[in-house]
Amino acid sequence: MSALFEAVGVTKRFGGLTAVHGVDYRLDAGIASIIGPNGAGKTTLFNIFTGVYQADEGRVTFRDAPLLGLRPDQITALGVCRTFQNIRLFANMTAIENVLVGMHARVQAGLWDALAHTPRFRESERTLWRHGLELLERVGLRAKANEVARNLPYGDQRRIELARALASRPALLLLDEPTAGMTQGEATSLMALLRRLVSDLGLAILLIEHNMRVVMEVSDRVTVLDHGEKIAEGLPREVQSDARVVEAYLGRRAGAPRSGRAGA
Amino acid sequence: MIHIVASIALLAVGGAAVWVFPRSILAFLTFQGALMAIYVARIPGRLRLALLAVGLLVMMPYIGSFNGYYLEVATQVGIFAALALGLNIVVGLAGLLDLGYVAFFAVGAYSWAILGSPHGNVIFGGGFPLPAWMFFVFLFVGLLVAAVTGVLLGLPVLRLRGDYLAIVTLGFGEVIRVLANNLDKPINLTNGPKGLTPISRPPLPGFADYNMAFYFLVLLIVIVIIIVNRRLEDSHIGRAWEAMREDELAAQAMGVPLVRSKLLAFACGASFAGVMGVVFSAKQLFINPESFTFLESIGVLAMVILGGMGSIPGAVVGATVVTVLNLQVLKGLSLYLNELKNAGTTILGYNLANLPTQLEPAKYERMVFGIILVVMMIVRPQGLFPARRRQRELAHAGEGVPPAAPPS
Repeated sequence: MSALFEAVGVTKRFGGLTAVHGVDYRLDAGIASIIGPNGAGKTTLFNIFTGVYQADEGRVTFRDAPLLGLRPDQITALGVCRTFQNIRLFANMTAIENVLVGMHARVQAGLWDALAHTPRFRESERTLWRHGLELLERVGLRAKANEVARNLPYGDQRRIELARALASRPALLLLDEPTAGMTQGEATSLMALLRRLVSDLGLAILLIEHNMRVVMEVSDRVTVLDHGEKIAEGLPREVQSDARVVEAYLGRRAGAPRSGRAGA
Repeated sequence: MIHIVASIALLAVGGAAVWVFPRSILAFLTFQGALMAIYVARIPGRLRLALLAVGLLVMMPYIGSFNGYYLEVATQVGIFAALALGLNIVVGLAGLLDLGYVAFFAVGAYSWAILGSPHGNVIFGGGFPLPAWMFFVFLFVGLLVAAVTGVLLGLPVLRLRGDYLAIVTLGFGEVIRVLANNLDKPINLTNGPKGLTPISRPPLPGFADYNMAFYFLVLLIVIVIIIVNRRLEDSHIGRAWEAMREDELAAQAMGVPLVRSKLLAFACGASFAGVMGVVFSAKQLFINPESFTFLESIGVLAMVILGGMGSIPGAVVGATVVTVLNLQVLKGLSLYLNELKNAGTTILGYNLANLPTQLEPAKYERMVFGIILVVMMIVRPQGLFPARRRQRELAHAGEGVPPAAPPS
């Protein structure tokens, strides 16, 4: 059976630096996490998956359609959407407008519809607004729909970004450090929200995360990257006890033999 | 309530002032100020519309009937308001800094000027100028030609942002002007610096005063442009433009196709200028490349910045302020100063007759502009009427969403 999302042998070089080297990845359902030390190539991998960077080698498919070579907006239209490590909201637009932009790929109405206010346009706007408000409701920000994004507290901005990403009705959601800057309590409630999304919407979620407690709690599967290569993959507790993972994070004990890198 | 009373009172006072002092610039400025105040006052939408209609459809033409110069000013304001609204889409909404905007104005103007004047015979043999009613067809031709030019400019600059985009568009504006200046050889397309004349004027029957008819024509076009602008801004297209302005990468990641959206912004902005170019050439009867200099682009940009980027009322107000300043205030000051000079008035022991002619206010219009812009940037960088986020009356999720709140 073919996977929902599959990457094979993805490699990306920046000049002499190989940021991602021969990474295979496969995701069918549930919540999966990618962890790894700083500079391990996690965000680069995300950028390749979403079309921001072009991979030098390898292939990426989503529902058997190749993603490499597509533009980010085309990939979003296919059903893969993302958030950013440093929240990138449209700062001077309101919360609801941010979410509405997220639905852009699904708008059927064209230029003429907008100019002539055709029934199709009015119907389309009505649907967009209704769905946008539902999404804000889902992330608990219905009351702040009219607030300008810039003026909202950090935690709310994270939630708006999530709502905006959901607005494109993705089947796969890529979240780049969604709990960065959150307290443990906020992070836990966000993870509960993600769990609900998976069960309500049948969404698959791929996380990059630094908060280990969060990762171990929420993930069905964890993948560890180091120096652009996949060094471990499996259930959270399997990965936790993996010698190479411990080494990547903490370094080798003096005098201990160097464990081989996972070449596979 | 106070806004309602004040709006009506202002309009009445302005109208009365012009009626009592038909030659007084101050009186006319009061009238214009009243219209602008009504435009932004917090009054019910219908009342606003009614008052503006009275001011623009009844009082303004009446004023124009005994002082034609005011009608000329009002027509010019309309033309520049249309330009400012077009540039507002490109710069204010989509965030693409365009310093060569007047090029589209020129393209529209030349499209009618060449075929609507006897000059067409030089190129095509005979049959020109086209019949005057073709002017109305050319409003659309000008729109299309300018939109295509907008796309042609957009294509090579798609990857540029900010300063780089500004420089390239500046160059583009100059290229169009230089082309107009030099395309009198090998085939005489534009008649070079000598310009084109006489350009046919559209037949506007039903009016005793042709200038008044022209005023209504410009007013009609501006109203259409405002409606188009509002609808664009208030649709998924406008939201995509604004998202692009805020964060290009995020906009694309959310599904906004950058290439198409940018080209559409360039084309829409340019098309307004193209239409007004056709009107402008017919109004002036004569155009040459001097009408389309870099300073004109800067002037329109100044209107947008002065009024407030991305704000439709702002663009209209900016266009009014700048045009009135140019045509009336500075010229009026010059006249006044001249009178004092000729009378040999002495101020603080200095005989004004000795004042060098370079000090005429009309001659340092650009300096006055510069000062105003600098002061604005310090005191009110968001512009006179900054774009306000629309506050929507939001229904409970599941119910229909009520129509947009009236413009604030």
